[in-house]
Amino acid sequence: MRRPPRTFEIRFGEQLTRAGQIARSLVTSGPAIGWVTILLLVPLAGVMFTSVLSRGPYGEISPVLTLGNYKRLAGFGLLGFDPQYPVIILRSLLLGAGTTVVCLLAGFPLAFFIAGLPGRARQVALTLVVIPFWTNLLIRTYAWQLLLAPDSWITRLAAALGLAEEGMPLYPGPFAVYLGMLCAYLPFLVLPLYTSVEKIDWSIAEAAADLGADGPRVFLHAVLPQVTPGMVAGMILVFIPATGQFVIPDLLGGAKTVMLGNAIQQQYGASRDWPFGAAITFVGMVVVLGGLLVQQRVARRGGGPEAGEGLL
Amino acid sequence: MRRASWPLWLASGLLYAFLYAPIVVVIVFSFNAARHGGPWRGFTWQWYATLLDNAEKLAAARNTLVLGTISTAVSTVLGTMLGYGLSRYDFPGKRLFAFLMYIPVVIPDIVMAVAMLTFYSLARQWLGLFELGMTTMVLAHVTFQIPFVAIVVRSRMVGMDPSIEEAAHDLGASSWQAFTRVTLPLILPAVVAGALLAFTLSLDDFVVSFFTTGPGASTLPILIYASVKRGVTPDINALSSLIILASVIGAVVPMLLQRTSRSRGEP
Repeated sequence: MRRPPRTFEIRFGEQLTRAGQIARSLVTSGPAIGWVTILLLVPLAGVMFTSVLSRGPYGEISPVLTLGNYKRLAGFGLLGFDPQYPVIILRSLLLGAGTTVVCLLAGFPLAFFIAGLPGRARQVALTLVVIPFWTNLLIRTYAWQLLLAPDSWITRLAAALGLAEEGMPLYPGPFAVYLGMLCAYLPFLVLPLYTSVEKIDWSIAEAAADLGADGPRVFLHAVLPQVTPGMVAGMILVFIPATGQFVIPDLLGGAKTVMLGNAIQQQYGASRDWPFGAAITFVGMVVVLGGLLVQQRVARRGGGPEAGEGLL
Repeated sequence: MRRASWPLWLASGLLYAFLYAPIVVVIVFSFNAARHGGPWRGFTWQWYATLLDNAEKLAAARNTLVLGTISTAVSTVLGTMLGYGLSRYDFPGKRLFAFLMYIPVVIPDIVMAVAMLTFYSLARQWLGLFELGMTTMVLAHVTFQIPFVAIVVRSRMVGMDPSIEEAAHDLGASSWQAFTRVTLPLILPAVVAGALLAFTLSLDDFVVSFFTTGPGASTLPILIYASVKRGVTPDINALSSLIILASVIGAVVPMLLQRTSRSRGEP
């Protein structure tokens, strides 16, 4: 009997068997993977499981299986049909989508502007986008309360231009929420979009123009496909957290604009109905995973990196 | 690349103004002598001075720094090992795990927060572990910091010239020697950048801390949130300005670090 030859692979100068590679992975990647698995991935599964349990009389989790939480989420509560939660879900999705659109409208000019700057100025312009990105979101959000206060110059300017009523504050309300969202998420869109815009091959656009395409068509057919990977990555980075955002609607939206995030917080906090909160969370997660799948599909078609591979 | 036209300059200028308006207004108001926002009533250091007399705010500041320092130290070590391991060795299911490690980056922070809260309270119920407070916050922060450190380290590893490590092994270095003497010094700028990023994330975090903290362990963002709900006071502006300063340092220093290492001709 001949033993099969041991297979080696040379990796960065080291001769390693398959077992050797696994052992080294266990030592290097193992602790971090274990940490994130135990403290986040398993608990996420736990949340999913909690969502089919019931709330006990004292707000504890009682191990009685039920689909009642999802029924209630779909609008079928004890008191007949109540669209409160479907409306909240829809409103959150709209806020996520709306924020993405607003960020796209603002992000495209900014990304093309930065990419068109000469070397050193470009670095400065990029850094200037990154700094607000790392500045506390809570602070930047409450700052809009100051900026949109009844006696601020922005409010007076809006009133003078006839955009708002005299003496009326611009917050709380949807307008303030969208301003806060744009301010918070614009960098998330600009940074990945910029990495694609920087790599545009302009000779394709010139060829399209030479062949008689007008401006919008050049953009649509010769420029846009080239920036799709970065654009999609940015859209996902905006859409997912924007849909789950709760600080911005909480501080700028007032009581009438409850979003998914606020609804979750309420169930885990004041209402103490964790199973129902878990059901809302789980629906939120489904939105996240759905978004990631869409991104992967679109990015693969565009020839860009997959969601996970681009970063990790 | 084409030169920007004037409408693009105008639009971009307005967008930069928009991005910086909230930051500027907080800093300006922190020096405003007026008690209730509004018009400018002269320059004052008063609000910074009152911070120093406020035991609650000082305790929150100390908590924030302790939380940031410990969680950054742990996550930098684990994240660097992860970034190194993922870029050097293969194991079954690596693609899946690399994808799963990406989850904390993209998931809404409220989802992460309730998952951890559920975990802690079940662990407390069944095992008597994890009283909510500083420890649970540190564990939670490390969890979302690890992937960011790993991303920064791994992107540096990918751009590295493999022949340097190969040379180390050819000359008889063990794996550990090759890592500590050759690889680690080369990726050190990325490790430092990752650590600063992790620290900034910890400093910025409100939602996860809010859910995983217990009585008595308040951080600055939690304190600011509570104050904002009651109505912004000038000393909160002063406190926020100090946090902004710390974040700006945390954002600019890694960029300078990466630039100096690049200009030295390293990959």
